[in-house]
Amino acid sequence: MSTYPDPSDGARDVTDPTSRAGTRRVVLDAGGHAPLLPEARQAFLEALDQGWADPRRLFSEGRRARMLLDGAREAVAAVVGARTEQVDLAPSHVAALHGAVRSVARGRRRVGPGVVTSAVERAALLQAATFTAPDDHVVVPVDGSGRVDVDAFSSAVAAPGVALAVLQHANGEVGTLQPVDEVHAAARSAGVPLLVDAGASLGHTPVPPTWDLLAADAADWGGPAGIGVLATRAGVRRTPDWPEDDDRWFPGGVSIPAALAAAVALQVAEARRVREADALRDLVDRVRTRVVADVPDVEVVGDATDRLPHVVTFSCLYVDGEALVTELDARGFGVGSGSACTSSALEPSHVLAAMGVLTHGNVRLVLPTGTTEADLDAFLATLPSAVAQVRSALGVERL
Amino acid sequence: MNAAADQGPTIVDARGLRCPAPVIRLARAAKAAAPGERLTVLCTDPAAEHDVPAWARMRGHTLVGTVRGPEHVAITVEVRPLHASSRDDEGPAAP
Repeated sequence: MSTYPDPSDGARDVTDPTSRAGTRRVVLDAGGHAPLLPEARQAFLEALDQGWADPRRLFSEGRRARMLLDGAREAVAAVVGARTEQVDLAPSHVAALHGAVRSVARGRRRVGPGVVTSAVERAALLQAATFTAPDDHVVVPVDGSGRVDVDAFSSAVAAPGVALAVLQHANGEVGTLQPVDEVHAAARSAGVPLLVDAGASLGHTPVPPTWDLLAADAADWGGPAGIGVLATRAGVRRTPDWPEDDDRWFPGGVSIPAALAAAVALQVAEARRVREADALRDLVDRVRTRVVADVPDVEVVGDATDRLPHVVTFSCLYVDGEALVTELDARGFGVGSGSACTSSALEPSHVLAAMGVLTHGNVRLVLPTGTTEADLDAFLATLPSAVAQVRSALGVERL
Repeated sequence: MNAAADQGPTIVDARGLRCPAPVIRLARAAKAAAPGERLTVLCTDPAAEHDVPAWARMRGHTLVGTVRGPEHVAITVEVRPLHASSRDDEGPAAP
C-alpha cells in the first residue's frame, strides 16, 4: 500500500445544481461525511478493476482481491497501533459500534449484563447499549464542557456485573476530548474492556493506545461512506449474537474498493493531520473568538483547548436553528445544527442537553481538511447579519 | 404584572410552542416582571426543559425548579434582582 502525493484542494468548491449556476458553496459540516479525498477516489477506481472478485475464491483474481482487502486492514492496523488480524472492517461505523457492543455483551454474559457509557456517546452507541442491556445500561453524566465525570465513570465500571464500558475519544458535536487514559485505567483495574469510539477523531488527532476495542469511521476522515473499523485487542472475549458467516464479525463482508479507498484516505489524513492540524486549530480559535465578539447573546460550547482541532459549536439565544441553517445555506454556507427543529424527531441534541447548554439556535462546524482562511472569513463576515435577520423575524432583538 | 414575590408565580403558557418560542415567550414575561418575581412556564416542547435553565443562566435569573407532569413540564424561574432593561422596546425592530 502506497501513500499518494499531496492532494489538490478545492474538492469542496462545488456547485449545487439546485441553486443559481456558479454560486460558490462552502461546506463547513463534514462530520461523518467528509468530502472524498482525491487519493481515495483514485484508489477506489483502481480497486474496482483489481479487486472486483470474491476474496474467498482460490483462483488468482480472488487471491488478488483478498490481498487488497488484507492490505487495507494492515494499513489501518498500522495507524491505530494494532496487529492486522485484530482489525475488522464493517459496512459502516454504526455497524462497527453495534457489533462491538453486542458481541462483547454476549461474550462476557457470565460476568453480567451491564454496559456503562457516557451520556454523550453517539446515538447509535446509546441505542445499542439500551438494546443489549435494557435494564443495565448505566449512563455517566458530563460537565458543562461535555467531558465525562471520571470518578462517576470509574465507580460505575467497578460495580459488579459490567460486561463492557464505552467512551468516545472525542465528541463529534462539540469537539471535547474525553479522559480516555484515566477511564481506561479504571476499567482495566475493574477487569472490564473499554470500547473507545474514535469515530470523530481518527485521522484528525492522535488516538491514544489506551483501548481494548476501538471503533472508527472512514467517511469521517475523507474515505468513502460504507466502511467502519473495529479493532479488538487480544484477550477481549467476544461472541457473535447473530448467525455464523464466513465474515464472522461483519456478515457479508465489505466492499473491497471501499476498504482500499478508506485505508488510503486514512494514510493521507494522518500525514495531513501532522502538517495541518495547527492550521485548522487556529481557524477554530478564530471562530471561537470572533463569534463571541460579533454576535450578541451567543454561547460557544465545548472545551476551548482540550478539543478536536476541526470542530466548533455555538448556540445563539432566541434563534430558530432551522431558520439559521437555511439562511446560511442561502448565503452559500453548509453548516450543521443540534437544535431540535433541525432533527426529524424534533428532539434537541442529547449532547447539548447533557451539557446543560442552550440547544436552540445551534450551529456546528466540522471543518473538512483544506478549509481555507478565506472560507472561514467569508463565513464569519456573513454570520452576524444572518443571525440578526433570523432574530428580526422573531422580534427578539432586545429581550 | 405586579405580583409580589411572595404571591404565587405568574403562569406563562407556552404549551404547543416549538423551540425557541417558549424561551422567547418567557423572556418577554421576564422583561415585564418585577425583580424577584417568580414565573412558571408551561411547555410541551422537549427542548424547553433544557433551554429554559440555559437561558436563565445566561440572563442571570434563578432556576427555582422543574416539575414534569403527564401533559407538560412546568419550569419556575425567579427574575434577577436588578432588572436593568426598560419595558418600552417590545416588538420587532427594523432589521
